[in-house]
Amino acid sequence: MNSLADIGLRLEKLIGQPPVTADAEELLALGEQSLEQWVIAKGREPTQDQREGFRLLALHRQGAEKDPSFNACRETCRELVWHYNLLTLQPDHPESGQTARMMGWVANHLYLFISGKIETEQLGDFCCASKPLREKVDEDRAAQ
Amino acid sequence: MSDKKAKYKEVAYYPGCALEGSGHAYNRSTRALGDKLGLKLKEVDNWNCCGAMEVKNIDPKIQTYLSSRVMSIAANKMKQDVVMAPCNGCYHNLKKAEYDLANDQKSVEVVDRLSKKAGHETYQAGQVETIHALDWIKDSIGEEGLKERVKNSLEGIKIANYYGCMYTRPRHIFPEKDAGPGSESTLKPHFMDDLLESAGAENVDFPLKTACCGGAHTLSDSDTSTRLVANILQTAEAAGAEVIATECPTCHSGLEMHQIRAEKTLGIKTHVKIIYFTQLLGLALGLKPKKVGLHENVSDSFDFVKKKGLT
Repeated sequence: MNSLADIGLRLEKLIGQPPVTADAEELLALGEQSLEQWVIAKGREPTQDQREGFRLLALHRQGAEKDPSFNACRETCRELVWHYNLLTLQPDHPESGQTARMMGWVANHLYLFISGKIETEQLGDFCCASKPLREKVDEDRAAQ
Repeated sequence: MSDKKAKYKEVAYYPGCALEGSGHAYNRSTRALGDKLGLKLKEVDNWNCCGAMEVKNIDPKIQTYLSSRVMSIAANKMKQDVVMAPCNGCYHNLKKAEYDLANDQKSVEVVDRLSKKAGHETYQAGQVETIHALDWIKDSIGEEGLKERVKNSLEGIKIANYYGCMYTRPRHIFPEKDAGPGSESTLKPHFMDDLLESAGAENVDFPLKTACCGGAHTLSDSDTSTRLVANILQTAEAAGAEVIATECPTCHSGLEMHQIRAEKTLGIKTHVKIIYFTQLLGLALGLKPKKVGLHENVSDSFDFVKKKGLT
């Protein structure tokens, strides 16, 4: 499994090229891998299930369980799927080049959002709902 | 005249803390736009903080109370039935309080106890309707009404509309959204797109309309916010946008500040302009740049609007 750093480097390279229609599968996979990292960081086994035909959406749902703030990347995940569908269902569409380019940026946003949440020492304190941070502070106080 | 059209002609105005500080340009342009369109704003008397993120993260019920107090003043003291909040954070919190008071007995009890202690009438769910500045313009004037009033068309300006994460989330506190034709969408919001298009703008296909900008942690975790904002700005430029239109003071300030910081810390330079939708509409209706507070933005858009013939 790729580490978050590996995912970031690969996305940086893809965006720089920039991405083409044939990169749709890999961009979707990089999105899944980013979500897997989040689920693993929360101490869970990443699901192999699919939701609406996509494992990416099932992973997002799993990542948002008991953590509604994670829904801040819900539409980013859905945009990734939307771009994937456009590229795979109509690969020869005249706008495919631009669609692939935008898919690269969307995948990068998902990666940045997740890595930002994980980077901070207290998992989850990055986003608007800092409940996990608050709980940790409460636990620390109780332990003292 | 539709119900909303008449109802939104005069509304209670809740600017919130940000619009008195870093988001003052939004306050100025919202008021100027209202004046220009003949819409009356009656500022909520002695309003308080909505509870924003800070209070909510410590005790959500205190946030519910704080937001309920604003609605109580509007309803019981000012006898208004609509509160308009241009800030996404305030709008979100008032909607959340409304939802909690309609669905959670514990919240009702806490709000009643605190309201009595503070010496004002307890807000009852359903006394007011909370709307955003986008609803206000869209439903009182509408696209056709704007078209008729445009003096300086936004034609030729390519815009990425950025709504931020709090305008549509969580979905259950916005029952009027996703409610069929004409309603706002939580998946792909379009009210700002519709309004700016009616003023002549060309909206680009922007896939990060509701993506997180890291706004709430812009100071506590600046590096993450800078990377997220840089990605939003680069995506907007890749989509062909010259301007990112905003409708939230936190998003707007974050985009402006981290645009500068991205260049300094990441070497990522972007040229896209960041302008409130109320400023763009005001300019389109013939208001001067200063009248809509363009000088109060951190980023300098004067040359851009001049070049586009909006002065």
